[in-house]
Amino acid sequence: MILATAYATFYRNIFRSSVSGPGAIATGSANQSHSLPLRVLTPSHNHFMKAKVYVTLKPSVLDPQGKAIKHSVELLGFHGVNDIRQGKYFEISLDNSVSEANAREEATRLAHDVLSNPIIEDFRVEIEK
Amino acid sequence: MKFGVVVFPGSNCDHDAYHVISKHVGQPVDFIWHRDTDLSTYDAIIIPGGFSYGDYLRAGALARFSPVMNSIKEFAAEGNLVLGICNGFQILCEAGLLPGALIRNRDLHFICDYVNVRVENTDTPFTQELKPGSVLRMPIAHAEGNYVCDDATFEELLRHQQIIFRYCDASGNVSEAANPNGARDNIAGICNHGRNVLGLMPHPERACEDLLGSSDGREVFRSLAGALAAAA
Repeated sequence: MILATAYATFYRNIFRSSVSGPGAIATGSANQSHSLPLRVLTPSHNHFMKAKVYVTLKPSVLDPQGKAIKHSVELLGFHGVNDIRQGKYFEISLDNSVSEANAREEATRLAHDVLSNPIIEDFRVEIEK
Repeated sequence: MKFGVVVFPGSNCDHDAYHVISKHVGQPVDFIWHRDTDLSTYDAIIIPGGFSYGDYLRAGALARFSPVMNSIKEFAAEGNLVLGICNGFQILCEAGLLPGALIRNRDLHFICDYVNVRVENTDTPFTQELKPGSVLRMPIAHAEGNYVCDDATFEELLRHQQIIFRYCDASGNVSEAANPNGARDNIAGICNHGRNVLGLMPHPERACEDLLGSSDGREVFRSLAGALAAAA
């Protein structure tokens, strides 16, 4: 199945110029110079599992940045904002050495040991396959 | 007695600390690159101020994973002296060698100014030659100096007299007005349970010469050297 991409247009033109129909391609006959391996072409993109880590300050911890943002937001005319707390978001793409089963465990360990300071922050992990 | 001043990528008060030990304490001192792990020849380690790893993620959060930190943990566990100044204090907290954490200053600004701190406890190698209640004038330069800890930890600090310095006014009154960054209970510096590890946000190494504005910081280093001499 050839996709309608630039690559496909290239290959389609090659086939048109060399043979009379798909039959010739299937048997791999005539016109050796135009005999190209028939490949399904997809955009080159290796798929990695993604761990999404959300780090937030514990409710008991002062967040002056959040307060400053809230103040500015109010000055800009946004109403109805009771409070704003600022956190951090990390996207970690995990390579193939991490199995689906281990992904959450690995991401949690990373979040606990490095990405957050458990004294002042909480975290949440989401795994996207 | 030999001192070591640890250098992380981004440390910038290492030379001040080195200078103070070399010139004012008059003892041998080395720079220790953060990847070096042999601390066997040192009697005291100083973790200086600065912006190790650019304060990326959190101040001190990445430095605490440097190879030298494992050695410093062992060094401290054996009862040897470790002094963490500013970023050094932050690193010690992130590494779990001191309790609590340092977060963004209450008023969000980076503050570069002189403060006064009261000596709350002289039962540490770092303050043993000082008078309790005396006031030291030292500069601070930080944006994340707001010391926080949960109530249980705070009770522990009080119970074991681990609060060593508190922000105060020139007369020694510990007041909210004298608190530059919102730190809990005006805490400017604490020690660990074993009293051999001290962390403080102000810079004593920048207050060792009257020409530069204050020489009160010398007292801390004099105490430290005195304690090492007595132990030798």
